[in-house]
Amino acid sequence: MMDSLTQHVREPNSFTLDFYLQHEGYDGLRKALAMAPDAVIEVVKASGLRGRGGAGFPTGMKWQFVDKKSPNPKYIACNADESEPGTFKDHLLMERNPHLLIEGCAIGCYAIGAKVAYIYIRGEFFHVQHVLEAAIDEAYARGFLGKNILGSGFDCDVYVHRGAGAYEAGEETALLESLEGKRAQPRNKPPFPAVVGLYGCPTAVNNVETLSNVPIILTRGAEWFAKLGPEKNGGPKLFCVSGHVKRPGVYEASMTITLGELINDRAGGVRDGRTLKAVIPGGSSVPILLPNQLDTQASFDGVQKAGSLLGSAGIIVLDDTTCMVWLAENLLHFYRHESCGKCTPCREGTDWLFKILRKIERGAGQMSDLDLLTSVSNNIAGKTLCAFGDAAVTPVLTTLKYFRHEYEAHINEGRCTLPADWRAS
Amino acid sequence: MTFHPKMTYGAAFHKSARELDPERDSATPFEYTSENRARFDTIVARYPPDQRRSAVLPALYLVQYQQGHITAHAMRYVAGLLGITPADVEDVTSFYSMFYTKPVGQYVLQVCRTLSCALNGAERVTRELATTLGIKPGETDPSGTFTLIEVECLGACDRAPVVMVNDAWHECVKPEDARKLVDDLKARGEAALTGCYHRIEGAALSGKSPQPMPSGVSRDGTGAGGGAPAQSKE
Repeated sequence: MMDSLTQHVREPNSFTLDFYLQHEGYDGLRKALAMAPDAVIEVVKASGLRGRGGAGFPTGMKWQFVDKKSPNPKYIACNADESEPGTFKDHLLMERNPHLLIEGCAIGCYAIGAKVAYIYIRGEFFHVQHVLEAAIDEAYARGFLGKNILGSGFDCDVYVHRGAGAYEAGEETALLESLEGKRAQPRNKPPFPAVVGLYGCPTAVNNVETLSNVPIILTRGAEWFAKLGPEKNGGPKLFCVSGHVKRPGVYEASMTITLGELINDRAGGVRDGRTLKAVIPGGSSVPILLPNQLDTQASFDGVQKAGSLLGSAGIIVLDDTTCMVWLAENLLHFYRHESCGKCTPCREGTDWLFKILRKIERGAGQMSDLDLLTSVSNNIAGKTLCAFGDAAVTPVLTTLKYFRHEYEAHINEGRCTLPADWRAS
Repeated sequence: MTFHPKMTYGAAFHKSARELDPERDSATPFEYTSENRARFDTIVARYPPDQRRSAVLPALYLVQYQQGHITAHAMRYVAGLLGITPADVEDVTSFYSMFYTKPVGQYVLQVCRTLSCALNGAERVTRELATTLGIKPGETDPSGTFTLIEVECLGACDRAPVVMVNDAWHECVKPEDARKLVDDLKARGEAALTGCYHRIEGAALSGKSPQPMPSGVSRDGTGAGGGAPAQSKE
């Protein structure tokens, strides 16, 4: 398959407007503006594009839910907060192909009747923000943004809004809160952002990779897009492979590819002399898969069938030197730090999970702690406003499920049984 | 005034009299430089006129670039500009991890400690940096040059371990590189950093610096530098 999203990212000046215009740049916007807004939504629906941020919700439907009859302005909020551990695809897109996202924002605005798109970029991507803002300036200067775009009478502004270090801002309603100048804490749903979103107005919240796919759908057709992958999993997909592999990086593929092909062929497999122990296929919040599941198709539905989730397609590879108790402790340190504090089960529970895990990892655990871990986890999952709670307990429950013997060995021997050489001590 | 016979609150406890932080005796109120005031005015115009509060994060960044950290005076000043209460601004400042409410060193070394970086030795990078600087994570060295902190996932898992220095990235850091990083930062400033891999590759291929710094602001507020390692290499 020929790469579509990342075809030119290794070429010089791929981020400039001139380069972009030589490679189908803004053709999608031109086509969209010649159509009725509803027809654009129909094309996106027909393509079967599913949200690339993690949930895999059909983008066309999300746009259709935006309340067009509302007298209030509509907004697009682009989620560029990319902070799921193991995920780094949007960074590459924005830095090396920013006009694709800008064009996607403009088409999205046209389709849902919005005039403004805010790109909420995480604060740590300051260098990316410079590239993106320069690209936006170029687009304004050449009439692809601003008033009366390409003589169509359609006005659209795109602004970059910089976050300031909060994982929770990647949750769509928390992102809107943060855009409104408040703490990034989630809202109750419903109402969904499509009805009551930014400033109480109808809003579509879309991931960077999702919006970057839209111009390609318009240019090459919904049918081409849908055929590029298994049923209901069409289009090109970016996979982020990191951890214990020889060539970590962003790899574009059709979702017909398997996890094994991604890890072994694209990313070079685990380092010499090591063997694969486990794979986290969709960012730190999803259940792990085992080496005998490498033939799993890396699609939303394929990974789900195998018992996990594709999520943000952040594939973290773990070799045989990885202590699974340490892994859970490391991730719970993350979730404890990033819990926004709004819901008590998550705020208090993540702290307790971390403390118990640290105790076991340091060799001071007892067998009753394992039931305690399960009990605390079950009192967080499903009892919070957003999916953070479920995400936070997943590393605990999934390692307990597949590697309970490692927990027991820690407790029985009173020490970490796998102190790997890449660890501090 | 008391609310309960056994609890003798002084008037000072009432929230209307509460100060934001102990620097209440600080004589000089905060004010943006004229450049930062102009930047603020540009940014606030991006949001609907009745939603000035949206600009609180960019407004706080401007404060931090101007004076290094965010003081109570500055929070009151930002609140005044946005038409919200100082408590609203403090609420935001205390939530987001990239805002400093206490002075930090000239270079803030932020080592990513989350899974992919940890799998590649981030813990040892932190330990080496701490040994080199003679401080613990969370501390600033006596000269005020370096602050060392551990942060959660920076989103560069394929180039692990990553250290973010102020706003710029230093990628694929090996534990044994820690001392060199500290020495290089002392000698050459942020030019010592690798920057972002994609960016450098683009610069190398095109033979020129990848991007001017458009509307960004650097630490010294001059609009150049900060996060432009590939540029300053030339």
